[in-house]
Amino acid sequence: MKVFEKVGRDTSDVFSYAGGVIELLGDALRFIVPPRIRIGETFNQAFLLGVQSWPIVLLTSLFTGMVFSLESAVQAVQYGVGNLVGGIVAYTTLRELGPMLSAVVVAGRTGAAIAAELGSMVVTEQIEALQSLGLSPTRMLVVPRLVALALMVPLLTVLADVVSILGGAWVAHIYAHISYDSFLQSMRSTVDFGDLLKGLIKSVVFAVIIAIVGAYQGLSTRGGAAGVGKSTTNAVVVSIILIFIFNFALSYLLYGGS
Amino acid sequence: MPDIWARLENVSVRYGPKIVMENLTLDIVEGAITCIIGLSGAGKSTTLRLLNGLKQPDSGRVIVGGRDITTLHERELIEIRRSIGFSFQFAALFDSLTVGENIALPLRENTKMSATEITQAVAHTLESVGLAHLENRYPAELSGGMVKRAGFARAVVSNPHAVLYDEPTTGLDPIITHVLTDLIVTLRRRLNGTAVVVSHDLASIFLMADYIAMLFEGAIVAYGTTEEIRRSENPIVQQFLQGSEVGPIPI
Repeated sequence: MKVFEKVGRDTSDVFSYAGGVIELLGDALRFIVPPRIRIGETFNQAFLLGVQSWPIVLLTSLFTGMVFSLESAVQAVQYGVGNLVGGIVAYTTLRELGPMLSAVVVAGRTGAAIAAELGSMVVTEQIEALQSLGLSPTRMLVVPRLVALALMVPLLTVLADVVSILGGAWVAHIYAHISYDSFLQSMRSTVDFGDLLKGLIKSVVFAVIIAIVGAYQGLSTRGGAAGVGKSTTNAVVVSIILIFIFNFALSYLLYGGS
Repeated sequence: MPDIWARLENVSVRYGPKIVMENLTLDIVEGAITCIIGLSGAGKSTTLRLLNGLKQPDSGRVIVGGRDITTLHERELIEIRRSIGFSFQFAALFDSLTVGENIALPLRENTKMSATEITQAVAHTLESVGLAHLENRYPAELSGGMVKRAGFARAVVSNPHAVLYDEPTTGLDPIITHVLTDLIVTLRRRLNGTAVVVSHDLASIFLMADYIAMLFEGAIVAYGTTEEIRRSENPIVQQFLQGSEVGPIPI
């Protein structure tokens, strides 16, 4: 019986969690349409959460692009299709690697930071202090982080796309002797602006997931320091899982198998 | 009969299986300082949170200014909260903001005051709590007593009708405790409003209180003026006032 009780409780917890996240998102949208956004705080968060993430996004995407090219270029040349490498690298990067890599990196760095900061504010009664002043924690804290990430994650994705492709082109040139011209030619014939745009649409969805899950975890924190630690870990784990699930769904919707 | 600012009526509150309040009824007198005393975990802080709608009771009514706030929509509740200052036990200042920005926040967000008017109001309020010229310090740069006073300043800067103080003197030295006790009395007079203070500090309570309520096992076991409480024959009250280990309060 205990097994059934546990399954029932866990199922109820999942629905309760999903309900809480959706409710918070709805509450945040209330302040975005019509706009009641705190511009200064949003720029501040864009810098803290987004701009400061660029070095780690740059490094991870550079090496991923390089290793992807390393694995594919040598094989492609062996089979006599070296002229396809640029297209393969760009296609995969713009559609999947760029948005996913930047989102996972931001989830690890920024989602954790949001949960930790808001969680600390809960345990030190700062959230209650906001409410006691008649201020909405959603408007004051969640919306600036949500808007900042929705603006910054697509920019970071563009950075990841560019760096990953450049890294891929360099490795293809060094190890498989594929000329930059051939790499570029292959890219041009394989991908277009639509691929970049669809990748950016994904990145906006991922940004919303990271911000809302991080904020929900932070605001749901119970207990002291241990509670903050638990919220931080959960924010990263849940965000990354949701990013992978939504990536599949979005790929299906946006590309439809094409 | 004195006017009543707020009334908790047959209020029950549970945290999971733990019953914190059961059918509790308490009147808060308008224009007076009411102190709530009781053991740790007796529900004193919960009482304050019920009074400004931060906590909803499981049953019963919370009437503030003649309106049952348990039935209000969030927007109406926000208006009630803006008319009540809340000084938290650990001040709950926003640590990313300076003291001045902390105190200015409710004015900046809730009023149409100009930046100059806000600056003046913040300076005046800081001066009234003895923290003049500390606008640019961060909360982490202040002593415990200064942090409490900055919390008082934020609670009263909007000239609220009532101010709720959660453990205002806990953990402070006797001199600062005395200063803060005087400050609560002065601020109440200045605002010409109501104050509710939750505290364990009996010396401080007997200096400032007009009325005292004692919470025990989820109910009010004694209520009256300071003299009435001092002379109370209730053994629970007497044990608490004397700090005795012997009596009906289980240790």
